[in-house]
Amino acid sequence: QVENVRLLDRLSSRKAALGTLYLTATHVIFVENGSEARKETWVLHSQISSIEKQATTATGCPLLIRCKNFQVIQLVIPQERDCHDIYISLIRLARPVKYEELYCFSFNPKLDKEEREQGWKLVDLTEEYNRMGVPNNYWQISDVNRDYGVCDSYPTEVYVPRSATAHIIVGSSKFRSRRRFPALSYYCKDNNASICRSSQPLSGFSARCLEDEQMLQAIRKANPGSDFLYVVDTRPKLNAMANRAAGKGYENEDNYSNIKFQFIGIENIHVMRNSLQKMLEVCELKSPSMSDFLWGLENSGWLKHIKAIMDAGIFIAKAVAEEGVSVLVHCSDGWDRTAQVCSVASLLLDPYYRTMKGFMVLIEKDWISFGHKFNHRYGNLDGDPKEISPVIDQFIECVWQLMEQFPCAFEFNERFLIHIQHHVYSCQFGNFLCNSQKERRELKIQERTYSLWAHLWKNRADYLNPLYRPGHGQTLRPQMAPCNFLYKFWSGMYNRFEKGLHPRQSVTDYLMAVKEETQQLEEELEVLRERLANLQKSQLNDYKVTSKQQDRSKQSGLSTSDNSLANTPQEYSNDLKSFPSRSPSQGDEEDSALILTQDNLKSSDPDLSATSDQESGVEDLSCRSPSVGGCLPSEDSGKDSDEAVFL
Amino acid sequence: MEFAELIKTPRADNVALHRPFYPAVEGTLCLTGHHLIFSSRRQDNAEELWLLHSNIDSIEKRFVGSLGTIIIKCKDLRIIQLDIPGMEECLNIASSIEALSTLDSVTLMYPFFYRPMFEVIEDGWHSFLPDQEFELLSSVTDEWRLSGINKEFSVCPSYPPIVIVPKSIDDEALRKVAMFRHGSRFPVLSYYHKKNGMVMMRSSQPLTGTNGRRCKEDEKLINATLRPGKRGYIIDTRSLNIAQQARAKGGGFEQEAHYPQWRRIHKCIERFNILQESLIKLVEACNDQSHNMDRWLSKLEASNWLTHIKEILTAACLAAQCIDREGASVLVHGTEGTDSTLQVTSLAQIILDPRCRTIRGFESLVVREWLQAGHPFQQRCAQSAYSNSKQKWEAPVFLLFLDCVWQILRQFPCSFEFNEQFLIMLFEHAYASQFGTFLGNNESERSKLKLPQKTMSLWSWVNTSEELSKFQNPLFEANSLVIWPSVAPQSLQLWEGVFLRWNRPSKFLDEAQEEMFSIIKYNKELQAKVNALRRQLAELETDERMQENL
Repeated sequence: QVENVRLLDRLSSRKAALGTLYLTATHVIFVENGSEARKETWVLHSQISSIEKQATTATGCPLLIRCKNFQVIQLVIPQERDCHDIYISLIRLARPVKYEELYCFSFNPKLDKEEREQGWKLVDLTEEYNRMGVPNNYWQISDVNRDYGVCDSYPTEVYVPRSATAHIIVGSSKFRSRRRFPALSYYCKDNNASICRSSQPLSGFSARCLEDEQMLQAIRKANPGSDFLYVVDTRPKLNAMANRAAGKGYENEDNYSNIKFQFIGIENIHVMRNSLQKMLEVCELKSPSMSDFLWGLENSGWLKHIKAIMDAGIFIAKAVAEEGVSVLVHCSDGWDRTAQVCSVASLLLDPYYRTMKGFMVLIEKDWISFGHKFNHRYGNLDGDPKEISPVIDQFIECVWQLMEQFPCAFEFNERFLIHIQHHVYSCQFGNFLCNSQKERRELKIQERTYSLWAHLWKNRADYLNPLYRPGHGQTLRPQMAPCNFLYKFWSGMYNRFEKGLHPRQSVTDYLMAVKEETQQLEEELEVLRERLANLQKSQLNDYKVTSKQQDRSKQSGLSTSDNSLANTPQEYSNDLKSFPSRSPSQGDEEDSALILTQDNLKSSDPDLSATSDQESGVEDLSCRSPSVGGCLPSEDSGKDSDEAVFL
Repeated sequence: MEFAELIKTPRADNVALHRPFYPAVEGTLCLTGHHLIFSSRRQDNAEELWLLHSNIDSIEKRFVGSLGTIIIKCKDLRIIQLDIPGMEECLNIASSIEALSTLDSVTLMYPFFYRPMFEVIEDGWHSFLPDQEFELLSSVTDEWRLSGINKEFSVCPSYPPIVIVPKSIDDEALRKVAMFRHGSRFPVLSYYHKKNGMVMMRSSQPLTGTNGRRCKEDEKLINATLRPGKRGYIIDTRSLNIAQQARAKGGGFEQEAHYPQWRRIHKCIERFNILQESLIKLVEACNDQSHNMDRWLSKLEASNWLTHIKEILTAACLAAQCIDREGASVLVHGTEGTDSTLQVTSLAQIILDPRCRTIRGFESLVVREWLQAGHPFQQRCAQSAYSNSKQKWEAPVFLLFLDCVWQILRQFPCSFEFNEQFLIMLFEHAYASQFGTFLGNNESERSKLKLPQKTMSLWSWVNTSEELSKFQNPLFEANSLVIWPSVAPQSLQLWEGVFLRWNRPSKFLDEAQEEMFSIIKYNKELQAKVNALRRQLAELETDERMQENL
């Protein structure tokens, strides 16, 4: 615990909060001083991506904490020694070495054992494959990987063509990187076309494998309507060719019968990591000009990479939906780009994955079960920094880009995506732990931690998209070209902690509040109708004096209970007003003035230029500061020096 | 002149119309004096396209054998292609369109021929008069007066006949001030902030010249707006450098020594051809069909359009901040005071004054701060992004203003009574219209052209209830507060509704709009029903009680 710590506002150095910093076993907590409404900032250790100790200044020792959810926290600690202690502790805490140190093993949402088990059952992949229509005449579950005997990064239950015998599977697995043999990812029951996934073949310059060729043949034959199979290598051609020298590579069209081979250049995890890094640097610029920002964004290449992933997904979705051709997708190991591309394609093809539940299933299927290396990619445990890469972040962004283009197609909203991204890194729930199903089972994750899906499902009202139209068309067809301009910077994600940059009023929240009110109105309408009917009946009865007494008591009983139930019109509008996000600016004036004004701005300050200089410290007006600064001496030094100063 | 002379081939059959995202349609093309009309002959889905000649920005022709192709680029940024069989017909049509879309005389424009098909309930030419504005003002302060000094446009040709000035300044002094300001645009009231009584004035640059001329009346005029002991801000929309250079041409800026109670702040808002070129580059980038992601962002950046947006918004926020937060009065000017000045004063009012965020209030703002304030619409909007003429006076100043409004609307989607369509409609009509509202460069020209007598006002049409319903924002909830937009690059976006309007599929976005409308409509219906039932119930219950009392 350290007192008198200042939390700086990134956008204006003068706006700092004084408070106390606490380190707990799981969180860094900053509590602002001040009697009323103590503002607290909580940061999970597992969210910390880097800690930087900067040069000590007169005011203290600055500490910069960057988080994986794109929060950047700047602290100034009065004593150098305290700062060093905190720095050392955080470095240790942010890089746990054992899974048991992670938050999910201590996190307790106060659910009993049964509720926890129910939570883990919410997403069931067997059920999902049944929904797709397998097993059927063409596809079956194979138990070849029962004890992870063939491939330790695959799930135990794998769907393969019926004609692929255990011999073929095992043979094919030996010819594939990390034994990740072709397996079913998505099956389209309308036309039997499927999306399968694997890793790269160990073809080198000339090697071939009969079983692998038979495996691909089997996949093609499982789609009787089509006489060929697309094999999509999601790597740039150059990378794939380089792999041949290491005995890996890609399928030779001459060796495999009836395949069409296609490269789709998505860059590798290292390129993506650097790209994100560059984009975040742009986001962190203090007061960038429009050119700085756009140039930096372009230079990072981030949106280009997002588009490459989308284009691959679109290509596959088109092959399946329009041509009715099955596709085998792979990259190198088949757990990063392959996961991205298969899940984007599934999302485009099947409206189910655009529902809240379906989206959970999709992540469970294409990412968790097929051994996407969450631990390595998101650095949950201390490990090789070169393994870290924003692979699922990119997928999540692809979904957001699609939501922007198809506002009515998704049941969930932006907040849902942001929370999933948060929890990929938070380690608060067990879902994304480890690198494979095998590791998770060994750790007994389901017995020792809770499921994120149950948590999200419980709060699903927060994640609904008010514009969702369930009947929205089957396959989404985003435009291939010319759609460059459809890819936009996602400030809701990458600048999510800088509220000042976002629209001040949220259409989503507004509409959700309206919908909620609508629902209350519907209920009230029902009650009112009933009351009215009763009343009318009772008035009829009034004429029969005999029963009057009895009826009246019944009536009054009803009306009291109604009053407690139904709201008056005033209460409705109050309800809406108290919705914090519906129109935040209507709450109080300070809020809506958030950006351009400063709390500590003293308008009585005799030195006008100092006051305006303060304003110019505010992000937006910063370009004004040079001229304002120049004005100050001119006031003292008479008319002619006036111009000299400006020059 | 007869239009018929210009139309050699009034009609062509078997013409194919190509537009992005629509299948090609075959039909008949007709030329009239003011319109290009294309009608498809298909029975099932008869379709007509009416295009004002004045909307046509440029025209290109190509030939493949005897099949001619005309590509028409419009001021609203739409591009259509017409395939016309027969070389002669095609040439004739192309030359007619060229001639008809570049008529010299204003009085030949469509508004002088247009007869409305709707019932005029309220004549828009009289909807927003300075007297009404002054009436509102005088209910809160008596420090201002209406001056008829410019009655015959004799003092300032680009000002309206009546202006609002400080009460303590008489017309004689105004005449002297007018001599001291560029184009005689002496400081007048632009906005009165009721909350604290601070004001925003606008003018043109003072004519100080190189030898630092001064004008006591000018100093007195603007000082009259200050409270005792308070200072004000002068926002010069030019960079200091440009302001200094202006002195060589007789212009200049307020010297500290002569205006000790004022602090001058320079902002740099671009003008004229820099803006026009920015628009041309931006539209070029938006129409680029290549697949390369890199190129798009660098082209967007190179156009500088968003940089201009950021600069204008920043200056407007600054003006609003001085008034609302610093409690200071503000004078805004650039060189002539007809372009960047108006962008700043009008946007500041949108930030400060909730009235300007209503439909009626925004119309009044456009009338006051743009039309009456003498923004030369006819010059600025003569051509749009596809023009080759590159005249110095063409510039998308008004479009930039609308874009800035859209940026604020996007950040405060529930605080505006109007929607994006309203802004797009104003953009279209500023460049080509059947209404006379945006014709002429100032009130003086409009009065000479007798526009109010000879043409229909845009407002007469917009304010019919049928049209209004298209422009209403279903999310609107009156917000009486000052709204401070963010001008960080992350918060500013390309206005797709205008710049990508014709090159993106709009089906899914329209669907979202519909859904939004229906959610709110259903809610309102329910509310009405519930209220009706409540009333009915209350009545019955009182009856009941009365019966009990009996």
